[in-house]
Amino acid sequence: MIAPDIHRTIDAVWRMESARIIAGLARIVRDIGVAEELAQDAFIVALEKWPESGVPQNPGAWLMATAKHRAIDYFRRNKRIERKHEELGRELDARRDVPMANINVAMDDEFGDDLLRLVFTACHPVLSTEARVALTLRLLGGLTTEEIARAFLVPEPTIAQRIVRAKRTLAEKRIPFEVPRGAELAARLSSVLDVIYLIFNEGYTATAGDHWMRPSLCEDALRLGRIVAELAPAEPEVHGLVALMEIQASRSAARSLPSGEPVLLLNQNRALWDQLLIHRGLAALDRAEKLGGASGRYALEAGIAACHARALTADATDWKRIVALYSELARLAPSPIVELNKAVAASLAFGPAKGLRLVDALLTEPSLRSYHLLPSVRGDLLFKLGRFTEAHSEFMRAADLTRNARERQMLQDRAASC
Amino acid sequence: MRFLCIYKPSKGEGLPPTEKDMTEMGKFVEESRKSGVLLADGGCLPSALGARIRRTGEKYVVTDGPFTESKEIIGGFAMIQAASKQEAIELTKRFLKVAGDGETEIRQMYDPPPTK
Repeated sequence: MIAPDIHRTIDAVWRMESARIIAGLARIVRDIGVAEELAQDAFIVALEKWPESGVPQNPGAWLMATAKHRAIDYFRRNKRIERKHEELGRELDARRDVPMANINVAMDDEFGDDLLRLVFTACHPVLSTEARVALTLRLLGGLTTEEIARAFLVPEPTIAQRIVRAKRTLAEKRIPFEVPRGAELAARLSSVLDVIYLIFNEGYTATAGDHWMRPSLCEDALRLGRIVAELAPAEPEVHGLVALMEIQASRSAARSLPSGEPVLLLNQNRALWDQLLIHRGLAALDRAEKLGGASGRYALEAGIAACHARALTADATDWKRIVALYSELARLAPSPIVELNKAVAASLAFGPAKGLRLVDALLTEPSLRSYHLLPSVRGDLLFKLGRFTEAHSEFMRAADLTRNARERQMLQDRAASC
Repeated sequence: MRFLCIYKPSKGEGLPPTEKDMTEMGKFVEESRKSGVLLADGGCLPSALGARIRRTGEKYVVTDGPFTESKEIIGGFAMIQAASKQEAIELTKRFLKVAGDGETEIRQMYDPPPTK
């Protein structure tokens, strides 16, 4: 029987150390699935030994040393298997080219590079977005399959299978464990950033279920973002993304009432905004801008978030600047959703009539046909223009379209107030 | 979840940290930032520059430092983000390993509960 205390300690150490250990192993065995198994083996040894011996002085180093031994065993075993393969005339595995004597040297190399390789591999475009998300949380966030399943409200076997399949795909397609270079880097980096932001958003505005937010997912995403920002400090967009997430997270406490009802940005009690996160977000945005990244997608979005964060009251918001930032964003990545947001900003900078004209231009947009925010925004503008009957039907339409129970309630309430 | 960590070194005030101490702590702080857990931190100047302000009833009593009568004086603080209290404890052990003997009190900060 393992003392629950030790168990919790080992869980915590796993979360803190597993990414580094898996990353270090993956560079040597060239297969993140195998690397993860070896790392887990090391933790199983810890589970067996630590309750008796106590937690070692440096648990990370202990685990790494144990994992190294497992890697050596793996190569020995593998060599035997390969010999059999040879006898059978099969092709040899590429792993053979890592001489055993080099393992220890290889494991002690710069860990940051390995972690970055792990980030890029887990977010490889050969994988589906869902698989990238699950693998990133598992390998880099140190979450268990069960935790990921709970966060995404998906049955655990689904996530487990997703991860198994993702690892198999990476192995079968022989995806190299490396940081992409040159022209490939930009596209691959944006895949990494998109995965992190998707995790954040799943926590920030739960797309399904009865909860408006799942803060632990936001924290996981923030942590991943901060790690990647330090692993690739010269990449402005990483800082842009971190800035965006820090500033959005700063509003968590103000986004809903104790009853759970969501509060729109402009109605939020700004005294509840977390100044520490705002400060960190503005600093990250500053870093992105100093690196010449002010016009990156995430930096632009962070710039918009920063306009809100800097305004002491909603009235003090620099809406004209926000409209300009949205225009730039729309040029960079044309999207009806950006246009919709721009329309909202324009209504506040230049009046609801101007906003409504921009929104109405989006009514024929096929991708927005079932997007609840279009009728929701339109309802708001019509309401402000005193066109209550039209506003009512727009709010009701929006309520029908949203999948979030809390949001639906809020929209129905607004309809009732028309 | 977030924790406020308050460090109270065992050794008394007076001796400024050596260059080696500073380098090691600098390295630790940098690593903690890079791993995304350290949100804010700071070290305190000698307590002679501080004061304690106490309110009893309607009265305020201000006691200037140094706080010679105190056994342990706050040396610094950190605000960390951890996935669990256990993780915060593990991080604190690592901090103490670098900072030296003393006690760190960790307190979970109020976070708005996930809304239902």
